[in-house]
Amino acid sequence: MLTAMSIPATTSQVHGPAIQVQGLEKSFKQVTVLRGVDLAVPRGSIVALLGSNGAGKTTVVRILATLLRADTGTARVNGFDVATQAAEVRESISLTGQFAAVDEILTGRENLVLVARLRHLRQPGAIADELLRRFSLTEAGGRRVATYSGGMRRRLDIAMSLIGNPPVIFLDEPTTGLDPQARIEVWQAVKELARGGTTVLLTTQYLDEAEQLADRIAILHEGRIIVDGTLDELKKLLPAAEVEYVEKQPTLEDVFLSLVGAPKEQEQR
Amino acid sequence: MRRHFLGDTAVLLGRSLRHISRSPDTIITTAVMPIAFMLLFVYVFGGAIETGTDSYVNYLLPGILLITIASGISYTAFRLFLDMQGGIFERFQSMPIARSGVLWAHVLTSLVANVISLVVVVGVALVMGFRSGAGVLAWLAVAGILLLFTLALTWIAVIPGLSAKSVDGASAFSYPLVFLPFVSSAFVPTDSMPGPVRAFAEHQPVTAIVNAIRALFTEQPVGTDIWTALAWCVGILVIAYGFAIASYRRRIS
Repeated sequence: MLTAMSIPATTSQVHGPAIQVQGLEKSFKQVTVLRGVDLAVPRGSIVALLGSNGAGKTTVVRILATLLRADTGTARVNGFDVATQAAEVRESISLTGQFAAVDEILTGRENLVLVARLRHLRQPGAIADELLRRFSLTEAGGRRVATYSGGMRRRLDIAMSLIGNPPVIFLDEPTTGLDPQARIEVWQAVKELARGGTTVLLTTQYLDEAEQLADRIAILHEGRIIVDGTLDELKKLLPAAEVEYVEKQPTLEDVFLSLVGAPKEQEQR
Repeated sequence: MRRHFLGDTAVLLGRSLRHISRSPDTIITTAVMPIAFMLLFVYVFGGAIETGTDSYVNYLLPGILLITIASGISYTAFRLFLDMQGGIFERFQSMPIARSGVLWAHVLTSLVANVISLVVVVGVALVMGFRSGAGVLAWLAVAGILLLFTLALTWIAVIPGLSAKSVDGASAFSYPLVFLPFVSSAFVPTDSMPGPVRAFAEHQPVTAIVNAIRALFTEQPVGTDIWTALAWCVGILVIAYGFAIASYRRRIS
């Protein structure tokens, strides 16, 4: 048996960006979803992949998480190729999908123990208790997840993703369908992750979420990344005349909508 | 990854078994329909059915056991479908685990759940007067055939479990399987049927399996029926497994 198999779940690998994507294309039957996505996510940063519904955000994440194969292009996560080194990629990542991927019939604690066991960690019980404490779920830990609120589910979901300290975490629309209070709880959890040095790629359709959390923002539109930069860099993209015309600085919402070209009324909430 | 296959499958099996132990109603409802058929046929229709045996419940039980399995595996498809829907399947697939362990855990859970249902149904049959002089070996042979049949049908259930678009779609496939025993030697001897029906009944898997189990229970020589039964089970198993793995690959590619 290969000795490489016995390394612990946390794979500390390589230099360079945590995620490197080049020329990614993907079609489903006749529908072309990705038309050449290029993206680089520096280590330890939070990058938000911003786009409207159906822009292909989830497709990108699924390819990076080895759940889907790209038609063409390359993608490396933690230095490993998603197509040829899928096992190593899976050692390096954790995915929190669009729908809370928790087991409703098990208790919160059992969910955490389950993931810890599947990551072949020692003392899964101790790991579970520590995470319950960190995510303020200690009291709820013995209850079935079916009784949890949306925010608690998401917190548990993210806690499950942290088990084994994977260096790269994907959060696919982590706050979709949550009430404002639960959103803030999730935001705090994500910020805490980044403080620990984890690289986070999150997808969102909420502009304020990207503004709140992300070091860098990449806008995915019609199958391509049309802009990639810090919030300040993105704001500079609007012509100066616009800055003079409006009283306050343009919000990210303005930037997004003018780049994407959607009518303003549709996105205003 | 292969090194972890057994360990990962065991962990995931523990998870599914916990599901069953927390919703025992799925096992009860699985057993209710075959028990209802058994009551109906023994106490309502049975008196009018000429089987050439003294006890109709003895005649009927093998077919009822197959119906139990056919209705039990629809829950396997249901549980798998829920995993696919809920996102936990994708979580498992994106983790460094033996991927096929996810399927095997469901398959083994199906075996456990069906064994429990079968024991319940046999218990009710005993109360209704089922008696067999079969020895330990014959009972083991019956258990072996039933396990193999469960395994074969479970792999059929995996296919809709992976590919269904709705809950109904995931479990509806089992209806034809539940009714297949009605056109076999399970309830009435096939020689009472008109030509084409009889031809179908005598050449479909349920008849061979039912005849083999019935012979084992009644301490009669099993003849070639047992080999036909085993061939059917293994054949269905191999083909269903092939299609299940193919739809699994499609799902994760």
